[in-house]
Amino acid sequence: MQAGKIDVGYVAELARLELTAEERAVFQPQLESIVGYVEKISEVDVDGIEPMMHGRTLVNAFREDVVGESLPVETALGNAPARVGDEFLLPKIVEGAES
Amino acid sequence: MELHELGIKAAQEGLAKGDFTSEELTQAVIDRYHEADGRIGAYLTFDEEGALQLARENPRAVPIAIKDLINVKGQPCTCASKILKGYVSPYDATVVRNMKANGFIPAGRVNMDEFAMGSSTENSGLGVTRNPHDLSRVPGGSSGGSAAAVGGNLCIAALGTDTGGSIRQPASFCGCVGVKPSYGRVSRYGVTAFASSLDQVGPMTKSVEDAAILLKALAGHDAMDGTTPDVPVPDYAAALEGATLKGVRLGLPKEYFDVSGLDPEVRRITEAAIRACEAAGAELVDVSLPHTEYAMAVYYIIAPAEASANLARFDGVRYGHRSDKAADVYSLYTKSRAEGFGPEVKRRIIMGTYVLSSGYYDAYYGRAQKVRTLVTRDFEKAFEKVDAIVSPCAPTPAFKFGENQDPLTMYLNDLYTIPSALAGICAASVPAGLTEGAHLPVGVQFICGGFKEERLLRICKAYEDSNN
Repeated sequence: MQAGKIDVGYVAELARLELTAEERAVFQPQLESIVGYVEKISEVDVDGIEPMMHGRTLVNAFREDVVGESLPVETALGNAPARVGDEFLLPKIVEGAES
Repeated sequence: MELHELGIKAAQEGLAKGDFTSEELTQAVIDRYHEADGRIGAYLTFDEEGALQLARENPRAVPIAIKDLINVKGQPCTCASKILKGYVSPYDATVVRNMKANGFIPAGRVNMDEFAMGSSTENSGLGVTRNPHDLSRVPGGSSGGSAAAVGGNLCIAALGTDTGGSIRQPASFCGCVGVKPSYGRVSRYGVTAFASSLDQVGPMTKSVEDAAILLKALAGHDAMDGTTPDVPVPDYAAALEGATLKGVRLGLPKEYFDVSGLDPEVRRITEAAIRACEAAGAELVDVSLPHTEYAMAVYYIIAPAEASANLARFDGVRYGHRSDKAADVYSLYTKSRAEGFGPEVKRRIIMGTYVLSSGYYDAYYGRAQKVRTLVTRDFEKAFEKVDAIVSPCAPTPAFKFGENQDPLTMYLNDLYTIPSALAGICAASVPAGLTEGAHLPVGVQFICGGFKEERLLRICKAYEDSNN
């Protein structure tokens, strides 16, 4: 890829997003025009300028290292698409392992 | 006046005097929902029995409509996305806890652009919301359901969220007051993240005083959100006493008025609002925000970048939609996300992934963060000379469904609200008048520095009084 030439199919793979051929055809020119627009920022002289990470200048926020409330297992699993016992159920991850 | 037409202040007075109970007030909102929401479509879901139960337990509480990305325990929280259909919140967001502790109860969940990405609510994956002032037009977005519910008297007040203008622009389109607090003023804990360095919850109400009352109930330090400093929350409503524009220095940024896309009616109404402020004693000062033309580009790098990271959590594993066509873990991710997300969300995830990807990070995200510093400095410099900045809120009044088909054209709708969002400062939209002919509401925007909500609300109130 060269700058400004977004390869929508490749980037969608990085984003773990399956696209149909139709979506790729629609998104490709749309994203090229958005990328083309945001390239405007290359005009700005940013030499010696600090990046702004947040809406406020912040220092570290500390709290006491004490155990607080946390979700009960049943609640945490309440929205699980699939579960087995107290765990989330997934397709096999490791090749050759028993599922 | 019927009960559902009341604002917060009037409702609190009626409840205090015993004119009606919270249950009666909540029932009136529910009746209005049944009567009018078939046309408007502000709500996604309304747990009527749940709301009435809360009202019976809190007989002085005022019901508030909740944007569907804020968690309320036991209620759905879909972010208007198919990927969260059926999701039930396991806990209350801090804003909901705060609200409940301060005489408010959640009642009904309102529509939005999917994951708050959009300016018209047309990106909702779950329903259509119409502008109560003209059903052929959009309510704005992303807090379009909140704005339509307030503007159409389908609630007493609502909570919205603003990342690049999502409270202020719909408030302008639907004729209500919308306040975007300074970044860090209100906790984001339990609020589904879109762009974490920008997102803020704020009130959408029928008057400035209502916004002041509700903001006081929401704001404050939260140990669960490390970006909320421990700064005392003033009594915003009490601060409105004697609000005046006399001696207030109002800045007019020349970059905001020299815009080709500014609708002539919006220009006329904004200029009339500025003259009204001057007549009420404000001093007008020309200011310059020279990096304004880069703010949109900065936003459309930073917001998608943060969104692509935040939305990585939707992977079909722990909650949300899981594809039944997945053969392995990789396709579980790619297919669940493909089936669950709508087109605008997909575009922004791809855009965000691109600007963060190896070899591009410095040119896009890194550089955008530096230009963001310059945008912020522009405001700091302006606020050395003025107390507040006044400007249009959106370049046009509410547009028709389907009118802005091209994503980039739609993005340019946020040109007046994005710079202050990037700077993390506070801003509000206040109804300023109706357009000739179409009679569409138009809001005027006031912007103040970080944590200057008291000043912002006083200026808004004084303008509101001068306009009535």
